This record gives sequence, C-alpha cells and structure tokens, in this order.
Amino acid sequence: MLDKNGIAKRISRELHDGWYVNLGIGIPTLVANYVPEGIEVTFQSENGILGMGPFPYEGEEDADLINAGKQTITALPGAAIFDSATSFAMIRGRHIQLTVLGAMEVSDNGDIANWKIPGKLVKGMGGAMDLVASAENIIVAMMHTNRAGESKLLPECSLPLTGVNCVRKIVTNMALLEVTPHDGFRLLERAPGVTVREIQDATLGRLLVPDEVPEMQLG
Amino acid sequence: MQKQVSDARAAIAGIRSGMTLMLGGFGLCGIPEKCIHALADSDITDLTCISNNAGVDDFGLGLLLQSRQIKKMIASYVGENAEFERQMLSGDLEVDLIPQGSLAERCRAAGAGIPAFFTPAGYGTEVGEGKEVRFFDGNPHILELALHADFAIVKAWKGDTDGNLIYKGTARNFNPVMAMAGTVTIAEVEILVEAGQLDPNQIHTPGIFVQRIFQGDHYAKRIEQRTTRSHAG
Repeated sequence: MLDKNGIAKRISRELHDGWYVNLGIGIPTLVANYVPEGIEVTFQSENGILGMGPFPYEGEEDADLINAGKQTITALPGAAIFDSATSFAMIRGRHIQLTVLGAMEVSDNGDIANWKIPGKLVKGMGGAMDLVASAENIIVAMMHTNRAGESKLLPECSLPLTGVNCVRKIVTNMALLEVTPHDGFRLLERAPGVTVREIQDATLGRLLVPDEVPEMQLG
Repeated sequence: MQKQVSDARAAIAGIRSGMTLMLGGFGLCGIPEKCIHALADSDITDLTCISNNAGVDDFGLGLLLQSRQIKKMIASYVGENAEFERQMLSGDLEVDLIPQGSLAERCRAAGAGIPAFFTPAGYGTEVGEGKEVRFFDGNPHILELALHADFAIVKAWKGDTDGNLIYKGTARNFNPVMAMAGTVTIAEVEILVEAGQLDPNQIHTPGIFVQRIFQGDHYAKRIEQRTTRSHAG
C-alpha cells in the first residue's frame, strides 16, 4: 500500500524531459518533490506562473508570490509570470503536456468528479474544469477508496462531474490503472504488498486484469 | 483628464447598491484591499461581486460577506470561507461558480469587445447545462458570454497618474483582464508616480483601461498559506 508520498513518487515516473506540467492541490503538489534525476520539467501554477520553485526559506515568504493552492512559493531562475487569461490560454491551448489532479470519483469511461458534494460541500471547480477539458494527458492522484471504505473507481460518477471522458491514468494507494476507450479500467501495476484480488474488491467500475500485473517500481 | 483621486473613499464614488463589481486577486494575493475596506465602511448593499475567490472570513471579500453587502457572488473557488458557505447553503447568498479559465476569458472578452466564445471547459457538467453546444474538430464546446461590470477594482504594485499599471509577482492574476472589463476601472497601487516615470516597455495594463487611480498605504497583504522549507532540508 502506498502513502500520499508514494503515490506522488509513482506519478513522478510518468514525467518526461522538457514537459510543462500543472499540478493540482493536495497529493499532486507532492510530485514536484520526486522529479527523477536527469529529467527537467517546468511546473505551471494556474494563478499565473511558469517555473514554480520550492517553498521559500523561513523569513523569505513573499505575499505576492503564491501558487494556486495559495501557498507561498519561489520562482526559479527563468520563471515567467502572467495574467489568468494567458495562464488558461496555455491550458486550453494544449501547451501543457501533463495535468495531475485529485478526484473524489472517477468512472470507468474517464469521467471525473472533484468539485462539489450537493448540499454538503461546495468549494467550486477552480481551474479543474478547464484543465480536464483540454489536457491531453491527465493523471488522477487519489486514494482508492473514500473514508467510508467505498470505491472511488466507479461504473458511473454519483457526484456532479468536473469533466467527461478525460482521465487517462489513475494512481492510487493500491494501483496504477489506465482508462481504456471501451473496456473500463485496465490494471497496470499493483502497489507494493497489494494483491490483484484486493484491487478487484476495492474497484466498483469495470476492471480489466491482464495475466501479469507487475508490482510498482518506485526507485 | 485627471485620473488620480485622493483615496479609496473618493475612488468608489458612484458605486451604488445593486451594481455589479469586478475585483481582482487570487485568494488574498493582489486583492484591492483599500477599496474593499472603503466598501465595507459604506452603506452600499445588494452587490454582485465577480472575483475568483471570496476572501477569508475576516479579510478581503469576506468582510463584505460578513456585513451582508453581497447579494450574489460569481467566482471559481470559494473554499476557505466558512461565512460564505453558511450564507450559500442557507440560500441567503446567490452563487454562480464558473471554471477559472472561463471566468478569466469572459472578463477578457468583455474588455476586448468579443460578446461570446466557445470553450471545451464545462461541457457535460452542470456548467454546460442550458448553454449552446457546438462541435469543432469533432470536440464539443459550450458558448460562454462576456462578463461586464459597472466597476472593476484592481490592485497593482506600481502605477502612474495616467493609469498605466505594473503588477508584481503572482499578484497580477485576474487584475489585467478585469481592468479591461469595467465600465469604470479603479486601480489602487502601492506606489504612484507621475506620468512619464514608468518605462513604456514594462507596462502590463495600459492606462486607457483605467479611469481612477490612487496610492494606498500600509498594505496588509495577508498570506493564506505560509509554507516554508528549512535551511537544513
């Protein structure tokens, strides 16, 4: 079973040299900590920066330099800052190669729900709807089940959708899966110590299980 | 034309109850905090506020929520504000949530004289309900309309008496597009200089979009999430 950092670590292995990447709030943000040796990626934050660096040293926080999670950040040498319309031109115009974001639910045809629980919680979609509608490569980072132990990988989302037919891959604490065009989820890798059976039991959506399902390599 | 006004109170002259305002900022970063305070001190009510977020309980637009001066909020993300959530769930506050990129582009479109545009964002979701759908290159898009405001209120780092503006860091965010979209645009700046003192190459918002400008003092610039790393790590 992976913890949040393990999920981020596995996703970091999907990064390619030269990519521009947008990381959502939560687990996705941690991906920046595990960029593999020899690979250079540029992180975009949709509030208007390319070349986002690590958190500042204590005492060097700048209220005018934050990420989309409203956290204080730094700008790396070569960074660029721009307005919100330009930021979403990068996103909508498919200039960003990878989007990593969290989800409350994902369906086996690639629909995603992550912005609203009717009557309970309405935080808003922020930039998520623009991101999922346009990104060619979307990886969802989330736990396999919710706090009640119910599967978050479903035949159909029960919550209001953020986007349709858009998720490509999902990395959970239990597995790496991809969304196939017609056959639901396909199990690609098991998290260390997790059996195929356990993944099947925790997945409500259609799940294709190949004969060989290797254990994740996190190194 | 004299664009410079003395302070926030003078700047908001003419804003009346029931009007639609745009306010720049992302979270608490780059918000026009002086004008928000001036509005909170006024008896203007029933405002429709267009802003990416709604502040926090005791700062930013949260102040106008507390005093019940906002009738309707148009935003993309409204977490981090308990009062907001309470008023929305009880039905006291009308809320229109818009994808962030569509919000920015709708402001830009208004300022650029484009009445509407098609975007893929929100297709197949609640956001797309009731909106015209068209396919381009086989992909579905929904029609989004330009967003106008009676007053746009923006915050810049530096400005001149002609209304030219320069932003600092990610405090730029929605400010340039909202500056374009206001019937009247008010800019508050940390440093105001005489026209001619700024390098024309460095201007982010040309003064044509700005009708009133003033210098504010003692910006609080509150930080929502103070995140740091240690020297050891």
